[in-house]
Amino acid sequence: MSEHLKVALIGNPNTGKSTLFNDLTGLNQKVGNFPGVTVDKKTGLVKLSNGQSAEIIDLPGIYSLYAKSKDEQIAFEVLYDRKGKLRPDLVVVVADASNLKRNLLLYTQVADLNIPVILVLNMIDVAEKNGLRIDVDRLAARLGIRVIPVNARENKGVNEVKLAIGEATKIATQVKTIEVEELAPALIDEISGSFETSSPYEALQLAHQHENLSSLTIEQSDFIESLEQKHAFHSANSQSKETIARYNFINDLLFDTVKQDESAKGETFSNKIDKVLTHRVFGLVIFVIILFLVFQSIFTFAEYPMSFIEKGFLSIEQWLSGVLPVGVFTNLLIDGVLAGLSGVLVFLPQIVILFFFIAILEDTGYMARVTFMMDKLMRKVGLNGKSVVPLISGVACAVPAIMATRTIESWKDRIITILVTPLMSCSARLPVYTLLISLVVPDQKILGFLSLQGLALLSMYLVGFFAAIGAAWIMKRIVRSRERGYFIMELPIYRMPRWSNIGLQLYEKARTFVIEAGKVIIAVSVILWVLSTYGPSDKMSTIDTHFETLAKVPGANIGLLEQEKGAQKLEASYAGILGKAIEPVIKPLGYDWKIGIALITSFAAREVFVGTMSTIYSVEGDGENIVSVRQKLATAINTETGLPVFSLATAISLMFFYAFAMQCASTIAVVYRETKSVKWPIIQLAYMTTLAYVASLIVYQVLK
Amino acid sequence: MKLSELMVGDSATILEFTDQEMSVKLMEMGCLPGELVKLEQVAPLGDPIAITVAGYKLSLRINEAATILLKK
Repeated sequence: MSEHLKVALIGNPNTGKSTLFNDLTGLNQKVGNFPGVTVDKKTGLVKLSNGQSAEIIDLPGIYSLYAKSKDEQIAFEVLYDRKGKLRPDLVVVVADASNLKRNLLLYTQVADLNIPVILVLNMIDVAEKNGLRIDVDRLAARLGIRVIPVNARENKGVNEVKLAIGEATKIATQVKTIEVEELAPALIDEISGSFETSSPYEALQLAHQHENLSSLTIEQSDFIESLEQKHAFHSANSQSKETIARYNFINDLLFDTVKQDESAKGETFSNKIDKVLTHRVFGLVIFVIILFLVFQSIFTFAEYPMSFIEKGFLSIEQWLSGVLPVGVFTNLLIDGVLAGLSGVLVFLPQIVILFFFIAILEDTGYMARVTFMMDKLMRKVGLNGKSVVPLISGVACAVPAIMATRTIESWKDRIITILVTPLMSCSARLPVYTLLISLVVPDQKILGFLSLQGLALLSMYLVGFFAAIGAAWIMKRIVRSRERGYFIMELPIYRMPRWSNIGLQLYEKARTFVIEAGKVIIAVSVILWVLSTYGPSDKMSTIDTHFETLAKVPGANIGLLEQEKGAQKLEASYAGILGKAIEPVIKPLGYDWKIGIALITSFAAREVFVGTMSTIYSVEGDGENIVSVRQKLATAINTETGLPVFSLATAISLMFFYAFAMQCASTIAVVYRETKSVKWPIIQLAYMTTLAYVASLIVYQVLK
Repeated sequence: MKLSELMVGDSATILEFTDQEMSVKLMEMGCLPGELVKLEQVAPLGDPIAITVAGYKLSLRINEAATILLKK
């Protein structure tokens, strides 16, 4: 039994399709990507009551087989592609029972493809509460298929679905819903004659969607195009006629099978909530309060696990350096691999907490309202209501924020959101800002309660936010797209969050972050370790012998010598050479070669800046103690000018550089993954570096 | 009149569409000629709007709503 029965779950968004998928498969699921697009592909195994098992694939939520975005096209592709491994033997259409009319449109389309099909009426509890009486047996008889009422949230009816999957026939039994042939008789005939199709409707869908199907060759697609011209086929006309015919069928069907209790009508609970949550004034105020609470929680709750992870890694490093033999391999493991790993894991608490809140807001239906309220504002700067969530998430970390752009259907809006999101001040910039602000901004209060340093930090966040908005506004005018953006969107009813669902989502996000960001950061950390450990061998050995002789002097302070040796070796290393090489370029920004080294080493991750500065100024204790780093930096003197290195102008210029520059290898990797092209990460790296350089140059030249 | 000109709380029936490409998407979402729509709310910044149609709540931008003609 190597070949499982293949089952596809298909349905509108917000029908509880994913909940049903989780109920059916439990933890037996795999998440991947559909080939060529960044749509999550969830597959899972379900044990059927007859002892067999079936492979279930959860297709993206769609309203119709006619896709609005590239990502939605995957549904028809999977149903059509005969060579594809995913082509189902059975389709389970999940419909929201409380909203059958619109949900059945997709059913009628799938049914006409002539693949065996089962209809699941989910959220049957909501339908009953709304006073809808659905005659399930009659509906099943009229459609010619199994119809199963389900309440996936409470796991009711799920066993019946398993039973029905096990008993499904190989032959489609459903009745035809509309006369498809009448829409384009000659064209359908010719396509059916040249391509393997299981129904006239599949032939018609080929006519509409051939340009987007990766399973067709260019010649095949061009051939269909020529047939369309020959028969004067008009895609939009045909679609309107088809949709009207389908709704006529559905109206007839529902007239016979669904009764509405008049007594249950009236203002729904969900509508009453909306009156408050999207209110002209309260709506925005509540949104700001929710945002504030989310960020408060991220920074306060995440603190403990973050310091726990940091300390954990520190003790592992100390333990390892004790037990492992002194040598290159040990250094590589501790300073390269482990340092990189801790740099990834330390952000995990913030990301999990952020996604926990996002998942709740999404699951309850509130996120759709945020999109609704923010759309006009976001559209002004070239974004879209759905860009709000990624931008906000960017304050924690750009990696999950960019992954969250998947909900944006418009390709152009999505690309712009991806390009500007890393300008939002993420938490990796926080240690850099904190150090530099404490260096140059006096620890004073103005008006008796406003901390000057706090204000400076807030300003840096605002700088990032306005840079993102400004960049989006410019890109709106540059990025070209022939796709038309829509905002025709369902506002789902408010519901309680489903905790098991949220748990599964969190697990998935955390796993993706660790794997995606982890592999890049570790690779780059190892490279940077090599650069900052090795250098031209004669120089390095001179330093070694020099300090060996010094250490032999009676009463020598070994600890101090080790720090000085570390600093000298870093200067002599390839990273040091690079830092000096770029000095002429960064001098106009107010930086010396020491800062140059830090710019290079923090290419993988910004927070490395603090560690590098502490090594280069040979601070005691590996920069663990931010106070001692600050003291060293504050007294650092530029040998050429005799003035302090960290003047107000240099520090602020440096903060602007860190605010704008793309110093995050994980973000570059995730942008590549999400856009499936090297073009966008390169454009992003180029524009952000230019922006960082120019902004820092202006800041330094004006302030000095 | 256009859907974009409806007052909050008012209902009317869809007559036809002025933009065919848009109409395909709208019809898929249940906005068909002959269907009753009710304007439920307007976003705090005046755009988009939310209507009830075919038993659920749909949000759309003003310029999208302007392609739907109503008979009152």
